[in-house]
Amino acid sequence: MAEPSPAQAPERADESELVEALRAGDERVFTELIERYHASMVRVARFYVRDEAVAEEVAQEAWEGVLRAIDRFEGRSSLKTWIFRILTNTAKTRARREGRSVPMSSLGEPGEDEGPTIDPERFLESGGWASSPDRWWDAPESRTLDQEAREKVLETIETLPESQRTVITLRDVEGFDGQEVSEMLGVTDGNQRVLLHRARAKVREALEEYLGEDS
Amino acid sequence: MSNDRDTGRGEAIGCPELVELVTAYLEGEMGEEEHVRFERHMAQCGDCGVYVEQMRVTIRTVGTLHPESIRPEARDRLLEVFRDWKRDTAGR
Repeated sequence: MAEPSPAQAPERADESELVEALRAGDERVFTELIERYHASMVRVARFYVRDEAVAEEVAQEAWEGVLRAIDRFEGRSSLKTWIFRILTNTAKTRARREGRSVPMSSLGEPGEDEGPTIDPERFLESGGWASSPDRWWDAPESRTLDQEAREKVLETIETLPESQRTVITLRDVEGFDGQEVSEMLGVTDGNQRVLLHRARAKVREALEEYLGEDS
Repeated sequence: MSNDRDTGRGEAIGCPELVELVTAYLEGEMGEEEHVRFERHMAQCGDCGVYVEQMRVTIRTVGTLHPESIRPEARDRLLEVFRDWKRDTAGR
């Protein structure tokens, strides 16, 4: 009954061809895969090792692992899920070797994970809205999905606290589901939902500000 | 099925509460009773209905972003890795 994320496109369709091509040494396929996933893999690795350079190493190690194991990939999960599982295992191993506790004990920056996600001033004491939220979709030009709006959204995501940025990226940009993300990051399902909630609220607020500008 | 956000039997949801429940709602992570209270509030409160729709549009917009691309140095390094692997496993 959960509403599907628009980022969850069907990826399994021509995957077996992709896997075969990779096994056969097709560099173009490998290039596509690293272009698509590497940056996100580094982002997830950072959750475990916290150092950018080490996270980069972990992601590279994971790709080496992917290539070593590609002959054994059976297609029981999607290729993407399988790759990220290798990544997560590599990150956990590395974190343990470096003496870091896994999962990370503090999820977010102090104060970032608490409190209402909307300014309490938006509500009257009686509990209703002080001023009605706008129907963005009624605007004369449809500005919600235009390029500037998307850039505003991107900017906002980039300034989020790291844990929120990671979760909203993995969930709403990459299309991983809640369970996958909580597994990848070693947090509870509830935790990842809180982070997602806070991140989405900030983005909504930024869009509201942007769309309210010339009205 | 978590009910740690359940506001208690029969207690109506107000607007500030709805705002904090919107993600659980959109994720389908609500107990049945809470779900009913949530939708009942939306049916009676146009403003909250708009808020929930704003959230849907927000999620949709985030979904149109492209995943971050790989940096050239990383790409070159990984292509080296690939070519080494290919060479080492040739004729297997």
